[in-house]
Amino acid sequence: MNALNIKQGSTSHSAYNLRPTFSDVQESHTITVVVDNEAGVLARVIGLFSGRGYNIESLTVAEVDHEGHRSRITVVTTGTPQVIEQIKAQLDRMVPVHEVHDLTVEGPAVERELALFKVIATGEHRVEALRLADIFRANVVDSTLGSFVFEITGTSEKVDAFADLMRPIGLSEMARTGIAALGRGI
Amino acid sequence: MTAQQMTGAQMVVQALIDQGVDTVFGYPGGAVLPIYDEIFQQNQIRHILVRHEQGAAHAAEGYARSTGKPGVVLVTSGPGATNAVTGITDALMDSIPIVVLTGQVPTFMIGSDAFQEADTVGITRPCTKMNWLVRDTDALASTIHEAFHIATAGRPGPVLVDIPKDVQFASGTYTPPAKADLGHYAPKVKGDIDEITRLVEAMEKAERPVFYTGGGVINSGTAASQLLRELVGETGFPITSTLMGLGAYPASGDNWLGMLGMHGLYEANWAMHDCDLMINIGARFDDRITGLIDAFSPGSEKAHIDIDPSSINKVVSTDYPIIGDVGHVLEDLLRVWKARGRKTNKAGLQGWWAQIEDWKKVRCLDYANSTEIIKPQHALERLEALTKHRKDRFICTEVGQHQMWAAQYLGFDDPNHFMTSGGLGTMGYGLPASVGVQIAHPDALVVNVAGDASWLMNMQEMGTAVQFRAPIKQFILNNERLGMVRQWQELLHGERYSHSWSESLPDFVKLAEAFGAKGILCTDPADLDDAIMEMLNHDGPVIFDCVVEKHENCFPMIPSGKAHNEMLLGEAETQGVIDAKGSVLV
Repeated sequence: MNALNIKQGSTSHSAYNLRPTFSDVQESHTITVVVDNEAGVLARVIGLFSGRGYNIESLTVAEVDHEGHRSRITVVTTGTPQVIEQIKAQLDRMVPVHEVHDLTVEGPAVERELALFKVIATGEHRVEALRLADIFRANVVDSTLGSFVFEITGTSEKVDAFADLMRPIGLSEMARTGIAALGRGI
Repeated sequence: MTAQQMTGAQMVVQALIDQGVDTVFGYPGGAVLPIYDEIFQQNQIRHILVRHEQGAAHAAEGYARSTGKPGVVLVTSGPGATNAVTGITDALMDSIPIVVLTGQVPTFMIGSDAFQEADTVGITRPCTKMNWLVRDTDALASTIHEAFHIATAGRPGPVLVDIPKDVQFASGTYTPPAKADLGHYAPKVKGDIDEITRLVEAMEKAERPVFYTGGGVINSGTAASQLLRELVGETGFPITSTLMGLGAYPASGDNWLGMLGMHGLYEANWAMHDCDLMINIGARFDDRITGLIDAFSPGSEKAHIDIDPSSINKVVSTDYPIIGDVGHVLEDLLRVWKARGRKTNKAGLQGWWAQIEDWKKVRCLDYANSTEIIKPQHALERLEALTKHRKDRFICTEVGQHQMWAAQYLGFDDPNHFMTSGGLGTMGYGLPASVGVQIAHPDALVVNVAGDASWLMNMQEMGTAVQFRAPIKQFILNNERLGMVRQWQELLHGERYSHSWSESLPDFVKLAEAFGAKGILCTDPADLDDAIMEMLNHDGPVIFDCVVEKHENCFPMIPSGKAHNEMLLGEAETQGVIDAKGSVLV
């Protein structure tokens, strides 16, 4: 055995220890997938995530090319670097998938989410709600004497912050679209 | 040529003919009657009536794997489709190209819980490479052509086309293959030449290289197996293979180490563990192969050639990832290696082979033979001795101990001659698969090495064999046990043999006769050769009931949760070897 120069103790350490890419750190990635907009395509993508035990934190989908019948799916997922690479490879080999982009690693990207907030408030709270909405550049899209519906667009963090402030004032319902994202630049 | 008008059912048959299909395995039912009516009125496609839709899928797999062409399945809606699901999943796991056509209730009844309605595309979405529900007759032919393309392009796999009955009746325009829209699916087949060159550099220096090959070599076509043989012969590197890859490199070849993995050979697993360069060609680091992943070949650099990018770095991190078709990559690899002067580390290789010869001296497949009772290993050794001269010998297996023994004791010298359920491990695969192989190769010797329990799972397919005069030989190693389950219960569960034996097995000879086949019973080792010859000489299907030792265990064995260098060689070592962590693994 020694004549063959096998490293001493080579059996005792993990194969993983030699491989820095196999890290345990959980990362959040925003992945966009361009797919043929055909029946069942969303189920196919979601089924991949549930079947292989991947996380979905946010998912948006809509047809973006009506003539070419292409939809863009934006999914925010978490996992170790190895899992993230697997997710991308598994998505990319699906037949209806045209492109897979990991916006988190492919350079700067803009991420936006739209949310609608229903706030039920009267008196001073009503004024405060409008003031906060102004600060966050949220629009009033519906109003009654006792309520507002605000529309806010921004990063998920901004939407979260707005929700935190509105909650004591009278936030009663919220609808969020999930993240849409595009790479910056050309 | 003017556009051809025809019904959807006619389109199905025309599309199959245009795709070069000669055989369809199927079972009729309400939702596919129009297609069966068209099949009745033509002679170009042969329809093999199976006895259960699962059998149709496995028969198509056997056909596909033994011919290299896609297998075709035709079944009805609802239970027809759901019965086929096991076979479809099996084909997905083993990357076998099959095209499954299912009938569906008419489009206007979909969603109404109609008779024999099932959400077939929903049910089969995770177990197909791609599937389609065709709602428009004009799109039907094009979809079928695309289905064949996707089943066979890139990493092969099963596809399914669900065809509602009204779409079969309606008329539309037939699209010939040349005009069909095959979509954008076109996996990369050429490997990156810089990566290939890096691998060649590593091969030139490697002291202890090993080729670890898999089903991808066979899927790539016979040319890939030829290139592999040339590469192994020229470099002098040792080679081992997974269950799915057996035959790509001949078992009679000089550099052959035998199968690796959980029941692989001692020398193959030690070579994997101690190598300094592992070259994975068309295999996927399956858990049956790697054993304990943290201790898998700890001192080696790993190259991985695979057409499926998702296989790379899925389980084991790769130092030389090469995405491409095995045949194309091996061609480039050989060319680069030759152009650089055909270099290998001769001194290193010499020491490596000396070490391998030492491992071979362990003679890991030795077993205690008996003159009283037939040992299953002995039965396979005799089968091998009496059939290995036949180039047209095809072997199928069911799943379990007999499957591993077949892989250990039979030698496969050609690709596409060993049909087995590797990834899914489907008991009941072998009999229908052997029917499919025999239909594709009517004059060949097709033997299904089976266990009694597995064989019973799809025994109805004997009816298919008899009806279509498929002279398949069912070689049942009968231990009246679920042998592999029993072995694990012995090793892991305190010898509590919970439901792992059969109390009322049929009389296999009478069963054979009931089907109109020949039955042979053999219980005495002294009679074995004559009995096997009787089986081989019979021109028709045979059930061979080979009554073997009931408590034989399959060795070598890497216990779950252990590393390649911790394999067990025999009974004496088996007590308490699997710890709590290992016992949760399968």
